Amino acid sequence: MLEIKNLHVKVGGKEILQGIDLTVNAGEVHAIMGPNGSGKSTLSYLLSGREGYEVTKGSVTYKGQDLLPLSVDQRAAAGVFLAFQYPIEIPGVTTMTFLKTALNSVRKARGEEELDAPRFLKLVREKAKPLNVADDMLKRALNVGFSGGEKKRAEILQMSLLEPTLAILDETDSGLDIDALKVVADGVNALRSPERAMIVITHYQRLLDYIVPDVVHVLSKGKIVRTGGKELAGELERTGYAEFAA
Amino acid sequence: MVAVRETVETVDKVAGEKYKYGFTTDIESERAPIGLSEDTIRYISAKKEEPQWMLDWRLEAYRRWLTMEEPAWAKVEYPPIDFQSAYYYSAPKQKAKLDSLDQVDPKLLETYKKLGIPLLEQQMLAGVAVDAVFDSVSVVTTFKEKLREVGVIFCPFSEAVREHPELVQKYLGTVVPTTDNYYATLNSAVFSDGSFVYIPPGVRCPMELSTYFRINEAQTGQFERTLIIADKGSYVSYLEGCTAPQRDENQLHAAVVELIAHDDAEIKYSTVQNWFPGDENGKGGIYNFVTKRGDCRGDRSKISWTQVETGSAVTWKYPSCILRGDDSRGEFYSIAISNHYQQVDSGTKMIHLGKNTSSRIISKGIAAGKSSNTYRGLVSVHKKAEGVRNFTQCDSLLIGDQSSAHTVPYIEAKNPTAILEHEATTSKISEDQLFYCMQRGVPAEEAVALIVNGFCRDVLQQLPMEFAVEAQKLVAISLEGSVG
Ligand SMILES: Nc1ncnc2c1ncn2[C@@H]1O[C@H](COP(=O)(O)OP(=O)(O)O)[C@@H](O)[C@H]1O
Ligand SMILES: [Mg+2]
Repeated sequence: MLEIKNLHVKVGGKEILQGIDLTVNAGEVHAIMGPNGSGKSTLSYLLSGREGYEVTKGSVTYKGQDLLPLSVDQRAAAGVFLAFQYPIEIPGVTTMTFLKTALNSVRKARGEEELDAPRFLKLVREKAKPLNVADDMLKRALNVGFSGGEKKRAEILQMSLLEPTLAILDETDSGLDIDALKVVADGVNALRSPERAMIVITHYQRLLDYIVPDVVHVLSKGKIVRTGGKELAGELERTGYAEFAA
Repeated sequence: MVAVRETVETVDKVAGEKYKYGFTTDIESERAPIGLSEDTIRYISAKKEEPQWMLDWRLEAYRRWLTMEEPAWAKVEYPPIDFQSAYYYSAPKQKAKLDSLDQVDPKLLETYKKLGIPLLEQQMLAGVAVDAVFDSVSVVTTFKEKLREVGVIFCPFSEAVREHPELVQKYLGTVVPTTDNYYATLNSAVFSDGSFVYIPPGVRCPMELSTYFRINEAQTGQFERTLIIADKGSYVSYLEGCTAPQRDENQLHAAVVELIAHDDAEIKYSTVQNWFPGDENGKGGIYNFVTKRGDCRGDRSKISWTQVETGSAVTWKYPSCILRGDDSRGEFYSIAISNHYQQVDSGTKMIHLGKNTSSRIISKGIAAGKSSNTYRGLVSVHKKAEGVRNFTQCDSLLIGDQSSAHTVPYIEAKNPTAILEHEATTSKISEDQLFYCMQRGVPAEEAVALIVNGFCRDVLQQLPMEFAVEAQKLVAISLEGSVG
């Protein structure tokens, strides 16, 4: 699904990622853990194609093809989804309108028929229900005045609608209390499938109690310094990142 | 009932009839002599079979105009206009008809397609001769009957001058006097045609009135004149223009619109202006110098302007309200989008004369490309106007780093009881927002359109439903090429 080789990335003139190697297969969930500033968000932005992230060395292959020449929206259409650490407010655009625009853009790019209003509404309601996203929230401008929990649930709702093949979740647990965390984790787990790969980025082990990863990586100073099974997360919880810290 | 679409058929039919009667054969001889003089004005007036009083009114305006100077205070620049090299009368000229859509500028067709305009209508808008084989019971007829039943008058201005001289004489120039400003005075001298509306006391106009109904008569040319009177306790909603760009060879447009609302009457006036803005390099485009003003003459009357301005190379336009009646209310909702080299200087004036009058101004300016977008507004409270309230919100949105937005609010409060609130913001479409939308699969230009439509939501909501949907698409179209 995803193959990253010796990836070096510069941001604002500074090399942030310094040689990442990572292979994620379909059906797998990988966790990337690491202290603040280790480059976790940088990796997620790079994969989704954000401007200002310059690859100085290495390669990224997605479904057997070079991912890097694709624009942000092309990557999205190709199935790359990023759940943002800090979801962005879009004033005046209702969540419903946004979801419809996004879904139909992606469907169009994928050569599928666009959904009309009634079919779309039915689909959204179906996807929104398990995430406790009520109609009222769908009528509000996206992320404007949303609580931390609402924002993250809206992210997972988008993911569930767009049905990505590679989902990257950047600190989806941050700012969530335990109940909200469970709802979000259930949403994510419901999307686990043999065709889909996930990269779950987190600072804390807590999230991984609910979304149990197949592989855990530790990122430090722009490099993957350790890789192991899910027990690695528990180990880190006890020892902290001290030995990796900047 | 918003009978915009269905009337298209009729419009075609009427246009077709004119064609049949051969109005087009005479084009050359239907022109006034080049340039502007008293003779030109006499010619226009004679062609329209106007009564003496109308001619005198025009001539007086013309003599006044000769003494006036072109205003220079707006933040727009354009080469000097040579008023003597233009023709001031070339109606009722039919635009040269084309034989098929193949002869139409593909760019124009592309735009129609994006607006989702039906093929037939596309042909009509583009000036293609359409064989009008439509239902013989014309929509316009039923529509006119319906209006007649309730006593509403809705007709071309020139017809009103002939058929309803007492109304025209009573109201014409009472809101925008012939002396008002350079372009309004010019319009008063040479106005070609326009709409006349009268709503009798207590009547709620049973449908939205749209100039679209009269697209066959819409060769009103450069100097359109509109007069709308809502008598006591009446209501009317009027839609000006349509969202599709039309062919137009005139460069200068100087229209005048006068609205009069008597006691307890309400006028809602919506405009979508989408004239040729010039090309990506700033070549060509319409100069749109309009004077629009409403007079809330009666107590508890209300006038509401809603405008979506996306076209024209240069726009100079300030739909205003004179709040004369006690407890009257004025509203101005505006979206002004400029792209490439367009220049917009637009806003409103709320003149509070009566007691407890209130006004609300919501202006959304969007500047992309190398365009310049200025909001210029006046809120004026006269000495005797007790208990005035105004709320003004001016938001500007910049796209790219070569566009500019300016906000020039003037406030004159001569009565201490006035409560005036003003909010203004200027923002840019953020990199974050664009990235976020695109990460969800929305291509860059559509993402910009989505964000801009969100930014304009408060104003779009004021438009009649049918208009709002097309206006949203129009926002997208007018911002094309605004992101790299
Ligand atoms: N635009 C930028 N310009 C310069 N440095 C940046 C920029 N964005 C991030 N960085 C730096 O890159 C490093 C990694 O940041 P980030 O990927 O956000 O880490 P994490 O998500 O692991 O906390 C930090 O040192 C941060 O300061
Ligand atoms: Mg981060």
